[in-house]
Amino acid sequence: MKFTLIENLGYRSLVVVEHLGRIAQFALRITACLLVPPYRFRRLVGDVYDAGVLSLPVVCLSGAVVGGTLSLLGYTTLVRFGAEEALGALVGLAVIRELGPVLTALLVTGRAGSAFAAEIATMVTTEQLDGLRMMSVDPVDFVVSPKALALLIAMPLLAGLFAVFALMGGYGIAVGLLGVDGGSFMASMEGSVKFWNDVIGSFSKAITFGALTGLIATYRGYISEPTAAGVSAATTGTVVIGSVTILVFDFFLNGFWGV
Amino acid sequence: MSEPREPEFRIAFDGVSLKRGDRVIFDGLSCGFPRGRVSVVLGGSGAGKSTLIRMIGGLQRPDSGVVRVADEDITRYSERELFKVRDRIGMLFQGGALLDSMTVAENVALPLREHTRLSEKDIEAEVDRRLVAVGLSDAGQLYPRELSGGMSRRAALARAIVMDPEILLVDEPFSGLDPINVRRIEALLVDLNRHLDLTLIVTSHHMASSIRMADRLVFMVDGIAIAGPPDELLKNSDERIVEFLVAESDSFAEHHELDVTPLMDRRTLPDRRKKS
Repeated sequence: MKFTLIENLGYRSLVVVEHLGRIAQFALRITACLLVPPYRFRRLVGDVYDAGVLSLPVVCLSGAVVGGTLSLLGYTTLVRFGAEEALGALVGLAVIRELGPVLTALLVTGRAGSAFAAEIATMVTTEQLDGLRMMSVDPVDFVVSPKALALLIAMPLLAGLFAVFALMGGYGIAVGLLGVDGGSFMASMEGSVKFWNDVIGSFSKAITFGALTGLIATYRGYISEPTAAGVSAATTGTVVIGSVTILVFDFFLNGFWGV
Repeated sequence: MSEPREPEFRIAFDGVSLKRGDRVIFDGLSCGFPRGRVSVVLGGSGAGKSTLIRMIGGLQRPDSGVVRVADEDITRYSERELFKVRDRIGMLFQGGALLDSMTVAENVALPLREHTRLSEKDIEAEVDRRLVAVGLSDAGQLYPRELSGGMSRRAALARAIVMDPEILLVDEPFSGLDPINVRRIEALLVDLNRHLDLTLIVTSHHMASSIRMADRLVFMVDGIAIAGPPDELLKNSDERIVEFLVAESDSFAEHHELDVTPLMDRRTLPDRRKKS
C-alpha cells in the first residue's frame, strides 16, 4: 500500500515535471513565432478584440463593485479609530497594488482564456490544426501566437480599467453614501500611492499574469484530446490551473519583490 | 499477399508497424501507391485507413518501418522538413477541416497567401477558378457553418488543390453523404486525377464508388495491406476480402447503377497531361 502511494506520487511528479518542460518549450516556440516574420497583425487585432473589448463589461462592472465594497468594509473598520480620512489610501493601495491585477487576471482567465482554450481545442477536434499543417502552415504561428500575445496586451489595459472603475466605485460609495470628504479621500490616496512602486509594479504584475494566462490557455487547448471531453477538459483546466498559477505567482511577486 | 516496395510507386510503406496501447494498427505493413493513379484504400472501421493517410502526410509517425513519399524517407523528418514535403501534397479531411473563422474564399486563398507572392487580384481570380471547378461559384462569401456536408467537402477540395499538388490524399470523402453528393464528389476526384495527373489516394467504406474510381485497390486487414488492380482483387478468394465484400454488398447494390451527371466544369482546370 505504502509502495503504491509512493509510486503514485512519483508518477504524478514526473507528469508535472514533463508538463513544465513542455510548457517551457511551447513558450519558446511562441516567442520564436512572434519574433520571426510573417507578423500576423490582422489575426492579432481580432484576438485583442476578443480578449480585450469583449471583456470590458465584466471587468468594468466588477471593478466598480469591488471598489464600492472595499469602501464599505474599510469605512466600518477605520471609523472605529477615527481614521476615515485614510479610506482613500486604503482603497487606492488595495486596488492598485493587489486587487486590480489579480482580480482582472482571474476574470480574464475565466472569460477570454477559457474561450481561447476552447477555440483551439475545437480546432484540434475538427482537424483544423492538422489542416493547417498539411498546408505547410505552422498552427503555433498562425493560431496560437496571436492569441497568447493578445492576452499579454489586453491584460494590463484591462487591469488599468479595472483599477479606474474600482477607484470610481470606491470614491462614489465613500463620498456619496458614507459622507467621507471627497478632498481628504483623494488627498490620502495621492499621498500613499507611489507611481514607480505601486502603479508600475501593478502594471508589471498585470503583464506577468497576461503572459501566464496566454501561455496556459493556448497550451491547454493545443494539447487537448480530439474529443468533446477534450474541449471541456481544456476549458476547465485553463480556468483552474490559470487561477491557481496567478495566485501563486502573486504571492511570490509580493514576497520577493514587494510588487 | 503483402507486396514489396516497387520503384514506380510514388508513395511506399515498407514494414510499417504501429500500436496504440495494446491494439495493433499496422503489423509490418508494406504497400505502394503508383504515380498518377487512383488508389482506393478499403477496410472496416478501425482498420487504419485514416492512420495510413495521416502517415503519408507526416501527421502520424510509425513505431517502426519506413514511409516514402516522392522518394523521400519522411519517417523521421522534423516538422520543418515535413513542410517541404507537404508543399507537394493536398489533403481533404473527412470533416473538411475548413477554418471556421474564415469564409470559403478566404479558406481557399489561405495557401496562396501563405506560400506565394501573388497579388490580391490574382489570388481572387485563382480562388474563383477553383470554386467554379468544384461547383461552388456562389459560395465564396459563406462561412463553413453555412455549408451542407457535400458543399463543405467540395470547398475543402478546392482548398486542397489550389496549390496544384502532385499528390492528393482524401479521407472518407463519401461518408454521411447522400447518393447524389457521393457521385458529385466521385466525379470531381476522377476528373482531378485525369486532368491534373494527380496521384490520388482515397480511403473509403463505399464499395460502389471505390470500384468505379480505382485503378488500384488496397484492402486493409489485420494490420497488413492486400493490394492490386480491382479486377484481380475482386476475384481473389482471400476470405478476409470476401468477408469485407459481403459486408459491403448492400451498399454496392444500392449505388452501383446510379448515374448522376458530374457537376464539374472541366474547362476551368489546366490539362497537365497535354502540356507534357
